[in-house]
Amino acid sequence: MKTGITALFSGIVFGFGLNLSQMVNPEKVLAFLDITGNWDPSLALVMAGALAVALPLYSITLKRTAPLLADKFELPVKQQLDKSLLLGATLFGCGWGLAGYCPGPALAAMLINWQEAIPFVIAMAVGGKLCDILLAVINVNNN
Amino acid sequence: MATTFTPLSALIGGMLIGLAASLLLLLNGRIAGISSIFHNSLRLHVQSWQWLFLTGLLLGTAFFRLVPVVDESVRHSFPLPLLILAGLLVGFGTRLGSGCTSGHGICGISRLSLRSIVATLTFMLSGFLVTWCVRHVFNLI
Repeated sequence: MKTGITALFSGIVFGFGLNLSQMVNPEKVLAFLDITGNWDPSLALVMAGALAVALPLYSITLKRTAPLLADKFELPVKQQLDKSLLLGATLFGCGWGLAGYCPGPALAAMLINWQEAIPFVIAMAVGGKLCDILLAVINVNNN
Repeated sequence: MATTFTPLSALIGGMLIGLAASLLLLLNGRIAGISSIFHNSLRLHVQSWQWLFLTGLLLGTAFFRLVPVVDESVRHSFPLPLLILAGLLVGFGTRLGSGCTSGHGICGISRLSLRSIVATLTFMLSGFLVTWCVRHVFNLI
């Protein structure tokens, strides 16, 4: 119950930050990625601001044995660099650089520019599902 | 379309995103990676923390929109087939690569994860290349 309220609250703050920084506007993102055009470095400052807060707070938090409201930290377990990581990140960057949406801003944009965001979010869900299916097929063939 | 450099709102907005991610870790012990939260939410109950977080993200957006914003121009000209292609790539890529700008770029780097640092450099590089190709080589948009 408590963790539900804190998840909701964290989402609200996250959404507010995405809007204040204008990352919900794909033109703003593309203006950052378009270095050779009219470059707008704002996105770099969004990352810098986020890391300036999260780097020290993560460091302090992860010295604890457990979070405040749950039994343990649920952290990613994979440590190694692999082909999936590199190929996945490459493909993600291609989609991001094409339309200017990454997942958070795309979801938020459903309330701002639904004509773009709703087809994008549906395609994003389908893309994730296709990846699951493909990985399952590869696993079956390997076993 | 050109946008103007907005250092202050970018920095403060970024700090709020970092604060939100830090709160989720300190209180719930969870990573605020939107792509993982989104993909997982699709097969979870609507009362899961993932759904609540995404509801919050939309509520935060709605609260922000209550205040009249000066520049409220939205893009309308983007071709639908390219939008769908981009969505498929983002969905497939974040699933395969276990994260996006928030999960790898903010949370992962804050954990000093080598995987996330490499992933962030990789999607930044492919993002730069694709935007360059789209705008300056093929003049698509």
